[in-house]
Amino acid sequence: MYFLKRILFMAPLLVLISFLAFVMVRVVPGGPFDRERKPASPEIERHLRAKYHLDEPVLRQYLRYLDGIAHGDFGASLKYRNRSVTDIIAQGLPVSLSLGALAFCFALGAGIPLGFFTAAHKGGWGDYAGSFMALFVICIPGLVIGPVLIMLFAIHWRWFPVALWGTPWHAVLPTLTLGLYFAGRVARLMHEGTLATLPSEFVTTARARGLGEAAVLVKHVFPIAVLPVVSYAGPMLADLLTGSFVVENLFQIPGLGVFMVNSSLNRDYTLVAGLVLLYAILLLALNLAADFLFSVLDPRVRYE
Amino acid sequence: MNKPENLSPNQQAWRRFRHNRPAAAAALVLALLVLAVLAWPLLSRPGLAPRLPAALTHPPDAVSDAQCQPPGPGHWFGTDVHGRDLLSRVCHGARLSLLIGLIGAAVSLVIGVLWGATAGYCGGRWDSVMMRFVDVLYALPSIIFVIVLITALNAFLDKMKSAGLSAAGAQWLQWAGLFGGLGAVSWLTMARIVRGQVLTLRHRAFVDASRALGAGHARLVLRHILPNVYGVIIVYLTLTIPSIMLYESFLSYLGLGIQPPQASLGSLLAGGAEQINSIRVYWWLIVYPGATLALTLLALNFVGDGLRDAWDPRAEKGA
Repeated sequence: MYFLKRILFMAPLLVLISFLAFVMVRVVPGGPFDRERKPASPEIERHLRAKYHLDEPVLRQYLRYLDGIAHGDFGASLKYRNRSVTDIIAQGLPVSLSLGALAFCFALGAGIPLGFFTAAHKGGWGDYAGSFMALFVICIPGLVIGPVLIMLFAIHWRWFPVALWGTPWHAVLPTLTLGLYFAGRVARLMHEGTLATLPSEFVTTARARGLGEAAVLVKHVFPIAVLPVVSYAGPMLADLLTGSFVVENLFQIPGLGVFMVNSSLNRDYTLVAGLVLLYAILLLALNLAADFLFSVLDPRVRYE
Repeated sequence: MNKPENLSPNQQAWRRFRHNRPAAAAALVLALLVLAVLAWPLLSRPGLAPRLPAALTHPPDAVSDAQCQPPGPGHWFGTDVHGRDLLSRVCHGARLSLLIGLIGAAVSLVIGVLWGATAGYCGGRWDSVMMRFVDVLYALPSIIFVIVLITALNAFLDKMKSAGLSAAGAQWLQWAGLFGGLGAVSWLTMARIVRGQVLTLRHRAFVDASRALGAGHARLVLRHILPNVYGVIIVYLTLTIPSIMLYESFLSYLGLGIQPPQASLGSLLAGGAEQINSIRVYWWLIVYPGATLALTLLALNFVGDGLRDAWDPRAEKGA
């Protein structure tokens, strides 16, 4: 019931978010036709604005935009002239989705065991080394990891291709570049979650019932300790799936991250609006999924 | 434990922090780094320069013919594409990066604390409206937000320049825009944290007592509620500085951050990333600025973690 209400509530929220983005790019100085071949005569600019209905009041434009979306049309890009926003998203999203999903799996696959292990062995050398590693990867920007990985593994040892996208080999370095930071974040959340769970009474009860330490950790501690990671996974996945400019630019990958940046640099109003909407839908849906998973894993949590 | 009973919670936290070895060590590293970066320009003073190794006294923007030299006795960190000494550029850049991190975090602190404290203190309808607004902003991709903000400011600057604004004035305005933009996208979490804390504090007995004595809203918030939130604010502030420095490096990569004659660690990295090619590897252009940035962020994070442990109420139970 609670989740049904949240799904219903998503629609007005999405309208509000897209309206904000829609208005924001329009009211700030700078327009999509500023970088046209100079000198663009006022005549040409006026015609262009009329063609894309930019001369109408903002509210009217927005209603027109909503009407288009209702018919599955996200408008035409103002910068990439003969492409529609739907085209651009349809081309970039699969690439960003697969890279993001790979990085997501890597972040969870490396981060959860690392955080769990270091917390279970608190105070040992493994804990210090592992926790330091988790913090270390958070502190290196992709702008450093990417070039270092390229210089070592692609140029020096030639194990992986330098750039481009296509075969599984191409995916290795970008996935690492994108995923290492998030793996560190996940490991730290998992570490703290485990430390907070270990002193719980149900853990003591499980031990008192004679369960082995490994069974206690896996069956009783883990489902609760992983909860902070679950809440973090929603926004993390939304970030990963919509592409990263740095990684896509370093490895020349044709994903959405590049469009995310260029659309706002070029004031490509329709593309900005489309990408914001896409991001917001992903974020809200994934947050909802995370909360749902949360309530499944922790029977004590009841949403109302 | 023979802990003196007359210590305030903040004093106890400070004591715990000093006994946390990794955090104290990180604070020391950070202090040394700040000192080195601040003292760096003094080394090239005429009175001091002749007595020091020449490698220490290169000015950061002196172009020379020694382009892309690997690290060696003359240039400890090597030189960049324009033959500038990388060591001095890293020191110069670290200074600017730290400054950006500090000011950006301060901006996010002011906005976040004001917003969160107001929402939490007013409660009820105001609280839900203000926090829904934060939720909506969370769902906007911050990249788009910050790029639109900064490019708009740059367009405005161009207009001001053609109207006769001096170059120095334009640079200050541009920096101010960068600080503002970075702060404006990173206050959301601070607002949430402060609001949560204020909500739990506003109906405590000492607040009611003060209200009964006739204290106004401003006095209640500033004198009685916020001092109890300082710990959380400081902890989160220490963790905001690294994230703002990272964000700045990203903006510099886009060309929207610090502009060429000046350098930040981010813009040095962006310059290094441009030079990647499979014929010659200029690793020092990435590794030295990257290592400096990583070291700074690592130290800040350690200090932040240490502060959080020190203020953690759970730690008190064990003591």
